[in-house]
Amino acid sequence: MTKSSDTTPDDLETPDAAAGASPADPDPAAGDRRTVHDLWLSGTESPRQLGPFTDEGAQEMLPEESDRILSSQLGTIVEDDFEGLAGSDGDELQIINMGPQHPATHGVLRLQIELDGETIRRVKPIIGYLHTGMEKTAEELTFMQGSTNVTRMDYLSPLHNELCFSLAVEKLLEVEVPPRAQAIRVLMSELNRIASHLLWSATSGFDIGALSMMIYGLRERESVLEFFEKVTGLRMNHNFIRPGGVAADLPAGWQQDVTGIIETVTAGVADFETLLMGNPIFIERTQGIGILTREECFAYGVTGPLARASGIDYDVRKVFPYSGFEQYEFEVPMVSNGDVYDRFVVRFDEMRQSMRILEQVIETIPAGDYRTEDRKVTPPPRARIDESMEALIHHFKIFTDGFKVPPGETYQAVESSRGELGMYLVSDGGSKPWRLHVRGPSFAHVQALPMMLTDSLIADTIATIASADPVMGDVDR
Amino acid sequence: MTSAPTILTATAERFANVEFDSVLGDVVARAPREDVVGLLESVRDAGYEMFIDLCAVDYLVRDPRFDVVVNVVSLAESSRLRVIIGVPGTDSTMPTITAVYPGADFYEREAFDLFGIDFSGHPDLTRILLPDEWEGHPLRKEIAIGSVPVQFKEANKAK
Repeated sequence: MTKSSDTTPDDLETPDAAAGASPADPDPAAGDRRTVHDLWLSGTESPRQLGPFTDEGAQEMLPEESDRILSSQLGTIVEDDFEGLAGSDGDELQIINMGPQHPATHGVLRLQIELDGETIRRVKPIIGYLHTGMEKTAEELTFMQGSTNVTRMDYLSPLHNELCFSLAVEKLLEVEVPPRAQAIRVLMSELNRIASHLLWSATSGFDIGALSMMIYGLRERESVLEFFEKVTGLRMNHNFIRPGGVAADLPAGWQQDVTGIIETVTAGVADFETLLMGNPIFIERTQGIGILTREECFAYGVTGPLARASGIDYDVRKVFPYSGFEQYEFEVPMVSNGDVYDRFVVRFDEMRQSMRILEQVIETIPAGDYRTEDRKVTPPPRARIDESMEALIHHFKIFTDGFKVPPGETYQAVESSRGELGMYLVSDGGSKPWRLHVRGPSFAHVQALPMMLTDSLIADTIATIASADPVMGDVDR
Repeated sequence: MTSAPTILTATAERFANVEFDSVLGDVVARAPREDVVGLLESVRDAGYEMFIDLCAVDYLVRDPRFDVVVNVVSLAESSRLRVIIGVPGTDSTMPTITAVYPGADFYEREAFDLFGIDFSGHPDLTRILLPDEWEGHPLRKEIAIGSVPVQFKEANKAK
């Protein structure tokens, strides 16, 4: 019988399970190694005969370990690995766990917080609950398929992920993207920034106690998502921006749609500011809370709205322009107190600046192709496939084998809704990346949470986490 | 040596073993691992004040087997610098850079977790993304991507 069945409680030992090891089984030793999958494939035995055996591969728990973990999950044993601070008897310190299922952590973030009364003395962020090995998966997907993978990382700004990946691949390929494709990319990524900030203002307002923000923020965001659905077919995980250009041209009448979005969001942002920024309760809960200094931002790689709220004039769109951002006029909002209130100020201003860019895109978008003419990355047009065997083969090869990317390495960064999103891409000359490392902005921001939280009150934790806007899909990947 | 940016001229002179290069428009410095802490200190003081990224790459058959890649930014110069440190597979250790850039803490833990690179002197080198019980370092190239059949615990009882 399998070792895991030895530790199974008796009530799971069904007669069927026992039959799995009975003489009816042709080879008991081999039975240990077989999985449900094998049985289903062979079709000789029903899976029920296998008993409670579960092959969890490298993650398989040892019998004593599974007992221990189960009982700690049930709460029957409590592990006390607490060490008091030096010079303290530890009587007044207690550790509480916040998350990974806490609703205000916006995902599966877990914080171990050491409290002295109501004051936070130490914080340890514990991450990895959403780790799905996407960097390893990226090595198994072709460059063509890669953007479907990266779009799932930071699920609130999927277009920035796709844009970053596409730019990195294009840099290695040395492919030029036509101006219209660049403008579409700018339009879509700025709309995505607005959608992400709207969701952030909804949930952050909700966390701080402005409950109506949840309704208003999601309502305005809906207008952007409807446009995304119209353009890309999906509300998230679009796979719209691809190496070589974008998947499709903008639909007819997109100018009216975007103008409508700008009107809706402009009115919405003005309402939010009236609701929040002058409200004495809101000011009390946010000013002077969760402060990050300029030096801490530098040392911990804090970028995006958090850094700009701390007085760092760093926006990848301005400092290292990509996708034609240097053609558009916009300002980088910057304030210098570095507290939660200032992060609200920066993000609301950023939405206005994004809308300025949108207006310019509507006015200046050039005509032309929405993807590169380079046949190495772009499949032949549909009409050519009907008349040319070579075009059909070409099309087939691009979608089965993918295109080969010259060997090399590059680091490409874009300004995502949360900060600098970077991808380090290494190619060995094949059609799949040798390595794709993703530098998620939320990863650095979660790391900086202890700087923001230490020596503040526990009641401020929620406001601080909300202002850092971590997306766990981006942290754990 | 000429490809080092002007603010790094003094650094390039001080570290003769460090090769500066320009790859696809990025400034890249290849450094031996003994020099990395001193080099990064000098680079930080020269103006590359913002820590951006640290990651590892496994080249499997190359010598040295691993690359540890550090990305830093100078805002005054609007310049990125990539420092690449070769780490051999037989002795996959390198000194920690958390003393120079404290933000490297989580990134070094990630590189340890996924590649098994031992950052000597790191304050808390434990697994960060994977469970503590995990065996092996999955982003190494010898670990194949696999599938794990899962039998749901209550599958036996279902009629």
